[in-house]
Amino acid sequence: MDNKNSLKAQLISDFQTIEGRMNGAAKSAVHQVRQEALKTFETLGFPTIKHEEWKYSNVKNLVNQAFEFNAASDFSAQDVADSSIPNLEGNILYFVNGVYNAALSSIVSPASELQILTFSDAIKQEPALVEKYFNQYTDSQNNAFTALNTAFAHNGIFVHVPANTVVTQPVILRFIADARKVNVASQPRNLIVVGKRSEVQIAEAYRSLGENASFTNAVTEFFVEEEANVHYYKVQNESDKAYHIGTTSVLQAGKSVFTANTVTANGGFVRNNLNIKIDGEYAEANMFGLYIPNKKQHIDNHTAVDHAKPNSESNELYKGILKDNAVGVFNGKIFVREDAQKTNAFQSCKNVLMSENASMNTKPQLEIWADDVKCSHGTTTGQLNEDALFYMQARGISKDSARALLMLAFAQEVIDKMKIPAIKEYLQELIVDKIYQG
Amino acid sequence: MLKIDNLQAKIGEKQILRGINLEVKAGEVHAIMGPNGSGKSTLASVLAGREDYEVTGGSVDFNGTDLLELAAEERAAEGIFLAFQYPVEIPGVSTTNFLKTAVNEIRKYRGEEPMDAVQFLKMFKQKMAYVNIDQSLLNRALNEGFSGGEKKKNEIFQMAVLEPKLAILDETDSGLDIDALRIVAEGVNKLKSPDNAVIVVTHYQRLLDYIVPDFVHVLYKGRIVKSGTKELALELEERGYDWIKAEVDAEELGETIA
Ligand SMILES: Nc1ncnc2c1ncn2[C@@H]1O[C@H](COP(=O)(O)OP(=O)(O)O)[C@@H](O)[C@H]1O
Ligand SMILES: [Mg+2]
Repeated sequence: MDNKNSLKAQLISDFQTIEGRMNGAAKSAVHQVRQEALKTFETLGFPTIKHEEWKYSNVKNLVNQAFEFNAASDFSAQDVADSSIPNLEGNILYFVNGVYNAALSSIVSPASELQILTFSDAIKQEPALVEKYFNQYTDSQNNAFTALNTAFAHNGIFVHVPANTVVTQPVILRFIADARKVNVASQPRNLIVVGKRSEVQIAEAYRSLGENASFTNAVTEFFVEEEANVHYYKVQNESDKAYHIGTTSVLQAGKSVFTANTVTANGGFVRNNLNIKIDGEYAEANMFGLYIPNKKQHIDNHTAVDHAKPNSESNELYKGILKDNAVGVFNGKIFVREDAQKTNAFQSCKNVLMSENASMNTKPQLEIWADDVKCSHGTTTGQLNEDALFYMQARGISKDSARALLMLAFAQEVIDKMKIPAIKEYLQELIVDKIYQG
Repeated sequence: MLKIDNLQAKIGEKQILRGINLEVKAGEVHAIMGPNGSGKSTLASVLAGREDYEVTGGSVDFNGTDLLELAAEERAAEGIFLAFQYPVEIPGVSTTNFLKTAVNEIRKYRGEEPMDAVQFLKMFKQKMAYVNIDQSLLNRALNEGFSGGEKKKNEIFQMAVLEPKLAILDETDSGLDIDALRIVAEGVNKLKSPDNAVIVVTHYQRLLDYIVPDFVHVLYKGRIVKSGTKELALELEERGYDWIKAEVDAEELGETIA
């Protein structure tokens, strides 16, 4: 066995084992895609810091560990209660160590509004839809983690909103990594298709339990058709020993609106990729992010918005508060294709360093081939305003409280983008806790 | 109430305060005047506890406590209030939230129970009348996008809420039109009592038409070079600062030669 990349060897052998048990299904179109992806993964291997896209995010510690994939868990109703998001209503679907748990889940939206299937059921029940969309717009060609997820695509959710439908209740995907007994890993794969003029709110909420390491390698694909409106949340509250690599790929048609809120309250090593292609006119993409790493946490957000058609708009705001020895990475790509005249693209990434040992690496990357566009970008990394701190102290507010108030006010701008009240409150509380820690 | 004895302070390598002596008793209003750059704001900041300034000598006694030993927030809790010459914009924090935090931290310092939302509402209503300030302004992010006059009014509103023993108003009049000046001055006058004291730092005599000082001091090159009553302010208004500068500079020259 290849010691240097024990995880890679383990995964390739796992793939063969799974394939051996598949019989006829191994010939399906979906499995062809998986096989292609495995080949890509084998060729690419896990990235090292020599890879431009992984320059600041070293996965060495991750890929040298052993994990139990889709491990059994005795995650109970009590655990659900302990880790639930208060006052949250909607379609709440639990995945424990990657595996869908029907007993803990509840689907409240009528079938006429929303089709929800596990990804593996969707392959059987909606093969045409799955084949049409699965892996049609991802970075599986050049991202080893996406390729790996694609090769193992089985767990996760399939959501289909038919045309002209407003889904009133949000869809909340709770991914629980139960690492109370062993190192666990999971690879959720979600496929979400939102029909013309439809609206839906979808959240992925990650949580981990226990002292062992967990590894989540998630991929979510969105297909947003004409005039559809999607609010997407990625909420991360995992342990300091959690590794999370996730890619969300979005393909937007004309006049659609897609809004992503990515909030990392906690996590050991996090890499979020958000790739949006605007493939229609008069569409709007919003990307908002907030991360508050402390201790030795590492949080990396890579976003890319690809303006392929004219008259569309993208707005991006990421904010970070970095404490202790935390490391943050932000890479924001904006492509404006030759055809995409009259594009408006705005990007901003603002960071506050709360300690001398915290660091932030920011890199905006703009590639603009059209000439009639409005583009702006700016990144800032600094300390809290000393004048503001003194002003507050001079009113009787202690330095620690003043710092916390300023941090909270800084974070609030992103929290206020949230539209689901229960999620907003949940995050607000997590962030207040995190801000007051240490 | 306040006794400043030979106070010296510097920032970086630059000595700014070079031996300030000043005594302020309860019920008094003192005006500190002086040309730009003479150290007025520095004195105010040092009294409020700004750490950027290094106190290199002297002492400050405030109602029996050594003020210089206290952190800025402790001084505020002891009853010192500084109305800033340049109030700081604090995005994302409303005046009301800011003041609720301040009031309850001060109450905690004094061993008092925190105030609840209803009590705050009532108290704010009452204090808003002092300076004729609008609720909508208080709901906005503190000082952010406020006009000069709104910022100064807001400072006096905060003073009304915090009820300090000693208020130091640093050029609260600058940038105000005559109406705003009158409102601000009236607010200060309403808050005056035999138990508290005010130090008004100003450049111009016109504020002193409204807030009448018991004593007027002239600060120049980090020292109080002249003290008097309100007539001194009138004289300065008429003659400017040049004659005082000339006196002091001649004296310094004399000292150097000797
Ligand atoms: N932060 C600072 N750094 C360097 N010099 C300063 C600083 N603050 C004040 N000074 C200097 O100290 C002197 C006194 O300033 P200040 O107290 O603001 O005067 P005033 O309020 O009387 O106009 C000025 O020469 C000013 O340039
Ligand atoms: Mg000044």
